[in-house]
Amino acid sequence: MNGASGGRQPAGAGEPGEPLLTASGLAWRSDESCLFADVSLAVHGGDLVEIRGPNGSGKSTLLRILAGLLPCAGGTVHRAARFAYLGHKPGAAANMTPAENLRWAAQLQGETVAPGSSDRLLAKLGLGDDRFHPSGALSAGQQRRAAWARLLAPCRALWLLDEPLAALDAAGEELMRTLIAEHRDRAGAVVCATHAAIALPPATATRTVALPM
Amino acid sequence: MNAFLAELRRECLLAWRKGALALTPVAFFALAVVLFGLAANPETSPAYAFGAVWVLALFANTLAADALFARDYDDGTLELVLLHARPLFAAVLGKLLGHWAVSALPLLALSPLALFVLQGSLAGAGALLAALALATPTLACISGIGAALTVGTGRQGLLLALLSLPLAVPVLAFGLGASLGGPQAPFSLLMLAALLAAAATASPFAIAKALAIAQEY
Repeated sequence: MNGASGGRQPAGAGEPGEPLLTASGLAWRSDESCLFADVSLAVHGGDLVEIRGPNGSGKSTLLRILAGLLPCAGGTVHRAARFAYLGHKPGAAANMTPAENLRWAAQLQGETVAPGSSDRLLAKLGLGDDRFHPSGALSAGQQRRAAWARLLAPCRALWLLDEPLAALDAAGEELMRTLIAEHRDRAGAVVCATHAAIALPPATATRTVALPM
Repeated sequence: MNAFLAELRRECLLAWRKGALALTPVAFFALAVVLFGLAANPETSPAYAFGAVWVLALFANTLAADALFARDYDDGTLELVLLHARPLFAAVLGKLLGHWAVSALPLLALSPLALFVLQGSLAGAGALLAALALATPTLACISGIGAALTVGTGRQGLLLALLSLPLAVPVLAFGLGASLGGPQAPFSLLMLAALLAAAATASPFAIAKALAIAQEY
């Protein structure tokens, strides 16, 4: 078992140069309408891929297919690395504290997070004084910050993020952009479903997947 | 093993945090037993008290399963379990075990008292306890399948009851047979054990599949 937090090298990274995630010819149909067709992408270490499109264009659906939560109507997905997924929902039991939820999520993956390191991590994300409160009592922005902690302990090579900046204040947005930059620096990759640009100059997205409406 | 322990531990912790609310199923059981004791005439049949305890245990089990996966679906932890728990059935089994411990064990403890309230023969309390101990984990597995199939449909408590109560009929039949005593009792106990073995091995896979399908809606 790897120590969950603090390691600079993300766990589960594949061979250097090999894509962490490959998707080809992805399609999604609901009843009669075709949401998207023939979406292909390869994600390497250090990449930031933004999935952009108007509301209802299938950004979340595409991300859920990439994560393996949805079967795709066509095409294939190959994940060469372990990944972390940040969805719309908080991913935390309302009656448990952020630290308890964090340690549960790590144990589920066969990792352990020491109480000290989960407290430090939550403090870094601005939840120092709130870590003893039930997650359900936190504000939407605070719950989003707590969900972000899951990406860092245990730290996986690939992050799949659905509207990662939703509900965050300006300081929170800046903090998360910094965390994304740090993750790319250590050869991690990020795929974001987002309606607004995640990478602000001077940072740039490696690729943008534009979904039509 | 980690996924199993993670879910077992979380289920017990959440029940602890809910406090008295976690005892709702067993409180329902106690209340219904008292209502039966007030409303029905125990003179009619000696088996009546046992029958009432079994049917009410079935109902309490169904009631308890209502929020089993719906809560996790709503807060998004179900997504994390589906994505990260390997093997998935181990996490499901851990959750079922924790659910059984917090919802059925208090009911077991209360069952001799229920027999007393319903004026059943207290000599049968030991047999009733043994039969309930074998039957309640099976019932938790069965209603777990119902809960997994109805997850994402909103709180469909009645739909869950319609799905899982018919499947529980064999458990009811052998449970009654085992607790009433007589020459068939050992056979009924063995059948309860066999049903438990089948339910505990098959239901985690069925539940895992149903939960994965529920993600598509």
